[in-house]
Amino acid sequence: MRSRAFQLWAWLIVIGGPIAVFVVWALVDNARQFVSTFLNGVTLAALYFLVASGFTLVFGLMRNVNLAHGSLYLLGAYVGWEVGDATDMWLLAVAAGFLTAALVGFLLQVFVFRFMQGQDLRQTMVTIGLSIVLADLMLWQWGGVIYQFDPPRAIYGSLPMPIIRGYPTYRIVVFLGAVAIGLLLWWFLNRTRVGMMIRAGVDDRAMLAASGVNVQRVFALTFAIGAGMAGFAGVVGGTALSISPGEDTRYLLASLVVVIVGGMGSITGAAVGALLIGLAEQFGLAYAPTYGIVFTFVVMALVLAFRPRGILGKPA
Amino acid sequence: MSAAQWRRAMNSGAGRYALRTATPAAAAPLPAVEAPRVGPAISAALGKIRLRHVIVLAAVIVYPLVVSPFFTFQIGGQSLALGLIALSLTFLGGYGGMVSLAQMSVAGLAGYMVAILGTSIDPISLHWPWWLAVAFAILIATGFATFVGWLSVRTEGIYTIMITLAIGVAFYYLTLQNYSLFAGHRGFNQVNAPDVLGVNLRDPLPFYYLSLACALGGYFFVQYIIRAPFGIALQGVRDNPRRMRALGFHVTAHRVAAYSVAGVLASVGGVLMIWYNNQISPESTGLGRMIDILVIAVLGGMRHPIGAFAGAIVFVLVQNFAIDLIARERFNLVIGCVFLAIVLFSPDGLLGLWAQLRARLAAFGAQAKFRSGG
Amino acid sequence: MRLKTPVLRTLMGTAALVALCAGTAQAEDTIKIGVLATLEGPFAAGGQDSMRGADLALKLHNGMAGGKKIEFIKGSSDASPDKAVNATRKLVEQDKVDIMIGPLSGDEGIAVKNYSKTQPNITFINGSSGAQATTLVDPSPNFFRFHTEGAQWMVGLGEHALSKGYKKVFLVAEDYGFPYSQVQGFMAGYCKAGGHVVKKAWVPLGTKDYSSVISTIPGDVDALVVVLGGADAVNFLTQYEQVGGDKPMVGGTITVDQTVLNFKGKRRESLLGTPSAGPMADSIDTPEWKKFVSDYKANFKDGFPSPSLFAFLYYLSTEATLEGLDAVKGDLSGGQKAYREALQKLVLHGPAGDIKIDENRNGIGDTYITEVVKKPDGEFYNQVVKVTHNVTETLGLSKEEFTKMGLGSREVPSCP
Repeated sequence: MRSRAFQLWAWLIVIGGPIAVFVVWALVDNARQFVSTFLNGVTLAALYFLVASGFTLVFGLMRNVNLAHGSLYLLGAYVGWEVGDATDMWLLAVAAGFLTAALVGFLLQVFVFRFMQGQDLRQTMVTIGLSIVLADLMLWQWGGVIYQFDPPRAIYGSLPMPIIRGYPTYRIVVFLGAVAIGLLLWWFLNRTRVGMMIRAGVDDRAMLAASGVNVQRVFALTFAIGAGMAGFAGVVGGTALSISPGEDTRYLLASLVVVIVGGMGSITGAAVGALLIGLAEQFGLAYAPTYGIVFTFVVMALVLAFRPRGILGKPA
Repeated sequence: MSAAQWRRAMNSGAGRYALRTATPAAAAPLPAVEAPRVGPAISAALGKIRLRHVIVLAAVIVYPLVVSPFFTFQIGGQSLALGLIALSLTFLGGYGGMVSLAQMSVAGLAGYMVAILGTSIDPISLHWPWWLAVAFAILIATGFATFVGWLSVRTEGIYTIMITLAIGVAFYYLTLQNYSLFAGHRGFNQVNAPDVLGVNLRDPLPFYYLSLACALGGYFFVQYIIRAPFGIALQGVRDNPRRMRALGFHVTAHRVAAYSVAGVLASVGGVLMIWYNNQISPESTGLGRMIDILVIAVLGGMRHPIGAFAGAIVFVLVQNFAIDLIARERFNLVIGCVFLAIVLFSPDGLLGLWAQLRARLAAFGAQAKFRSGG
Repeated sequence: MRLKTPVLRTLMGTAALVALCAGTAQAEDTIKIGVLATLEGPFAAGGQDSMRGADLALKLHNGMAGGKKIEFIKGSSDASPDKAVNATRKLVEQDKVDIMIGPLSGDEGIAVKNYSKTQPNITFINGSSGAQATTLVDPSPNFFRFHTEGAQWMVGLGEHALSKGYKKVFLVAEDYGFPYSQVQGFMAGYCKAGGHVVKKAWVPLGTKDYSSVISTIPGDVDALVVVLGGADAVNFLTQYEQVGGDKPMVGGTITVDQTVLNFKGKRRESLLGTPSAGPMADSIDTPEWKKFVSDYKANFKDGFPSPSLFAFLYYLSTEATLEGLDAVKGDLSGGQKAYREALQKLVLHGPAGDIKIDENRNGIGDTYITEVVKKPDGEFYNQVVKVTHNVTETLGLSKEEFTKMGLGSREVPSCP
């Protein structure tokens, strides 16, 4: 009633006020830097959304905190690189990254996690062990060298823009791609039969089984998609920022923070969280470089303090 | 309660993971609502002492007198200090159902405070007397642990791992980037252990006995507290928070208090570790070390406090001697595979294997006795 | 306390051996040397190459030094100080080595130096760790560094940059010890000669996304000083070009290496003329260097196309260790006193110039300034344009000036 609307306005003013002041100051001070940073934040958010959406999908349906998500990201990136290097086709590399990670995810669900249904903690421990093993295997195979992708010239140049001199085309491509995938995911979850089953499962897993759906098949498909998203993001992100052994933990942490902020099990939450975290990180790094990294965690702590389930988290 | 919530309670893994049945050494649990009186409690405790307890105690006391200083200090001392930190995780995870990856950060903060408030070669250090620095370090780190707890416990159990992981990494970055308080990347060097009554606490023998005293203290403290009303209530909160809430227990407060208790244990372990290393840097509390503590706790088994120390001993031995047996470069692979094998096949770790072995031997013995005409 | 046990045990062991079987008694004639490098984690490739450097030195000495057989016992760390000390402690106290060579990275070096103070009877020779504080702050009497450190590697580059007309520069570097030293080495000469470092952008370790840093580059600088690792530099350059940037670059020691220059066959014309500096260069034209490269290639078919910085530094360190043993004919008695005196007086004729050590037992050697040049076949490489001899830890300043400046940090030195 009155109190809810009042609360909402209060939050808006308390948080929105300082932000508005900052925006005005930054625009006056150095418009080029502000616009540049804003674009950087939004495009980084797109990458974070790609990674985090897979993570939140797996958790939402199967209550499985997949801490090997970062390793799947890196595995997709490495395999994608090998394919791209061998065939000189970047798009093929992207597909290879997606498929490899999806396959690994599918196998994991069918041969490992299926037998641990309900034991959330044990599943998480298994994912931790997997991440350690996978990280070392990848280090063994590909070494500590940094790998760069070779995307087509068309998407890898510089776009002229107002206010700033130019902006990397690739980052705009990533942003558009993430929007497209976000819409695709939305359509898949909300307009297809399988998507309906997944949503039902997120709300009430046992009832889904009771209504005659082969739950294990849905789980396997969901894990495959979630893992595939990680591998896909691996190639896409690796093209922008190169791949090296530390990237798995970096993107795992990014997924964690995005999902904690945005809310578990919600794709929209992942989008909102990604936007918040991407912007926070880039503005932090540009305007307060020393503590820019800690800034995102501060945002996370604030959200946890006041909304423990995340901004769009569901109580169930 | 909706059908969904009832099913969620049944599906929740926390209760199923931590073993409900008491180990033989625990005997009959005390009734939850009565406060145990000290006298009968002590004699009840004394009555549970078995031969194997005496043997183990004697072994750890005599250990440094029969092995080289290297084994006393690097293997023995380090295992006890790490074991203490892992014990805090076992307490939280096994008895509280909350697996917190931030225990190493709590220990690290305690270590950093000892360096900042006490002596080191860095100009930041305040050079307070060591006992004051240690006392404040434990206090501050416990406060931090409470704060971590408060952030983490108001949601479902499984969120705890994620949130504490993120907090731990945030702490790492803070110590890495901050030069005014945390000396950034270079960390604090020459954080010397104090001289007490003419004995330097970092010499192998004194350090070992100090760690042993702290480890025994932590062990018995945990044993006591899981039988006290607080501990029993905590286990109740682990198994079924909704019911505990209905009974009138403040679930969130219990959980946060558990974090504080675990924070004390981890802080003491952290002080021991900084004296052991003589220095501290951001890597000491980084993601690798955080996962190491989890590996130790799971390796040993979270069903009983001794598991933390068993896991620590195995871990330290493998870490030191793996290079002589297998390629040291693949150390992480070995540890990861062992960890995976344990979680997949023997979730109660070494203790679980030991219990299975004893059960099998007992069954074998009983069978033999039966066949021989008993 | 520690002195008695190994001598006693060796004596008893030898007596038993002689009693049992006359003849072999190899134990007495072997000197055990511990070699520690980063064999775990992402720096493993560098650590492997450093072991190659050490093995090469031993091989060229035929496995002997001072008339005795040399046995290497290898240890591993993961670039963190506590693991480095644990590994060192194991080698020294458990495996009972007489001499320690290592570690690899800067912060490990400081921790191992502190440990060396507790083991006065063992000589510690640095592997490749290049932190200034190891020998400048509270040095240890039994810790020797037979090569120059990170700051010394950049001496002369400041003046060279000014000679190219770069009066105002913008600095990008990672936010930890090694880049601090590199920057100090550059700025000590650059600031003194009148240059201006308008802004320093310290990026957190492990950053791959330089977009926010690039957006803060002012428009009126003459060049960018980029002290990033080779592959991070590729990222930075790519991102910089994509935003339309076109300023020339000055590189740190590990910035303009082969990965950057010839990445996937795409050469960046913008890199031509980029100067950088270091203790060695692939294109040094002396017979000693050429022999070193050909020895490395002949012995290690699985190694890099050319020895890396780590292989070079570990080679120097091991070479110094062995030549010192030769000088005292393997005599490590009396707390290794004669050995240490021999090391102090040693002049090492390394592949890239002579190395002596100063009163803090830190190396004094040559620094090479290079520029990126195109070969006739179109490939890019680093050509040596200048050599500075006898570079000391005071970086070309007088002792008073250097002490006043202090060690490199985020703010030191500063000349906006």
